Amino acid sequence: MQFQTGPYPLATEAETEALARGFADILHAGDTLLLEGEIGAGKSAFSRALIRARLGRDEDVPSPTFTLVQTYDAGDVDIWHCDLYRLSSPEEALELGLDEAFTSAICLIEWPDRLDDLAPETALTLRFEALDNGHRVTFRGPQDWAGRLDKILVRA
Amino acid sequence: MTDPLTILGIESSCDDTAAAVVRGRTVLSSVVFGQTDLHADFGGVVPEIAARAHAEKIDLAVEQALAGADLTLAEVDAIAVTAGPGLIGGVLSGVMCAKGLAAATDKPLIGVNHLAGHALTPRLTDDLPFPYLMLLVSGGHCQFLIVEGPDSFRRIGGTIDDAPGEAFDKTARLIGLPQPGGPNVERAAQSGDAGRFTLPRPLLDRPGCDMSFSGLKTAMLRARDSIVAEKGGITAQDQADLAAGFQQAVVDILTEKTRRALALYLEDGPANRGFAVAGGVAANGAIRAQLQQLCANTDTIFAAPPLSLCTDNAAMIAYAGGALHGMGQVDDLTLSARPRWPLDQSAPALLGSGKKGAKA
Repeated sequence: MQFQTGPYPLATEAETEALARGFADILHAGDTLLLEGEIGAGKSAFSRALIRARLGRDEDVPSPTFTLVQTYDAGDVDIWHCDLYRLSSPEEALELGLDEAFTSAICLIEWPDRLDDLAPETALTLRFEALDNGHRVTFRGPQDWAGRLDKILVRA
Repeated sequence: MTDPLTILGIESSCDDTAAAVVRGRTVLSSVVFGQTDLHADFGGVVPEIAARAHAEKIDLAVEQALAGADLTLAEVDAIAVTAGPGLIGGVLSGVMCAKGLAAATDKPLIGVNHLAGHALTPRLTDDLPFPYLMLLVSGGHCQFLIVEGPDSFRRIGGTIDDAPGEAFDKTARLIGLPQPGGPNVERAAQSGDAGRFTLPRPLLDRPGCDMSFSGLKTAMLRARDSIVAEKGGITAQDQADLAAGFQQAVVDILTEKTRRALALYLEDGPANRGFAVAGGVAANGAIRAQLQQLCANTDTIFAAPPLSLCTDNAAMIAYAGGALHGMGQVDDLTLSARPRWPLDQSAPALLGSGKKGAKA
């Protein structure tokens, strides 16, 4: 069972950060967020805020576009921040070790279309768009995310 | 004076596989397999993400570098290798290869930080005296370093999000210009009006030398979409104006932050004032002209190593390895690959405590 909800406005950077903090509090090993949207849609800003919130400090969060993957040690779990734009086939995701990370880490995946059918079925997809003012986000994924998402959206 | 050492360098931390032989400040040979276009830090270039791909090419690169220098492995004095930072698979293949060669020949092994290789390149090319100010600006990096010695770097600022080279490539993608973005955006900008679109200069109003380029992407996206909404597409002139506006924003940010970095550097009263810019983005004429002017205004020597030694290469690793060897810094077979390896171990994260993220 799949569900979809949104779009929810993210009028300011502070609202994006609040949403990211909400996710940072509830994500655990094995959770994957697939971040869709064009360049400038707000994927990276969301990822940066989420990683900093989970780490609890103002860590450098460089863009993963160049390196494909940046990993962060969040104590009990690793966070993988990936930008798959440069991949030319889903098999390359396996070379990166993503299949294992999907089960053992928290994965934030930009340009997830590159994964094709290798994307985990349990993943939540966030579709970001830029508006004339601010951004907005739409969620879709398996039904069990609906309840988890409610907690975040109420607070954010 | 003793003869300078002959060092074999190996580099495989990013997309390229490279080997080189350097004697003192002379590059005897430099082989780079991988990117065909030196500007193309990414975009259109398929990354060599598999360790296997590097491993297959490293032996060949070493062989060609030795042949190019007309030397045998036995005639090399030491082996230097990039031990990080970078993609773990690539770094590992280089380190394993270097360890194998060192063990087989009983030569000293020297692990080199990839960024130190870039930061020391002005010594190799221009013999720039320590300490000098370095702006490292490429597809993957953007930071200001005061380079005090072969293993002594002070980071005084850098990007808190994207690197400018990445911003150029993404801008090209957004406005329909081909990759690589750097030269294509620059070309389009030549016939453009930089004043037509108002783009942000993130972090310019904050003190310090930190930079932000991520917010420019959203601004470019909105400017493009407003044109598309208005007339159903974008013309070549729109492309040129967007490119010019973007390039001007990057020039303004880099120029102002470099001015501040120079002031910080000059506060220490260096005997010889030197500034070096390295990385693919330094090839941009508009950026280079402004940086040169800044140096002229402050009686600072301006150095910009040639592009072939600014992009990833093994000559810089061999040179840096030689400099470390000269200080007695030699590794052994316990050398390990380090995917994360900041040059300045003491510098805090680029966002200091109490500071907020960039506002676009």
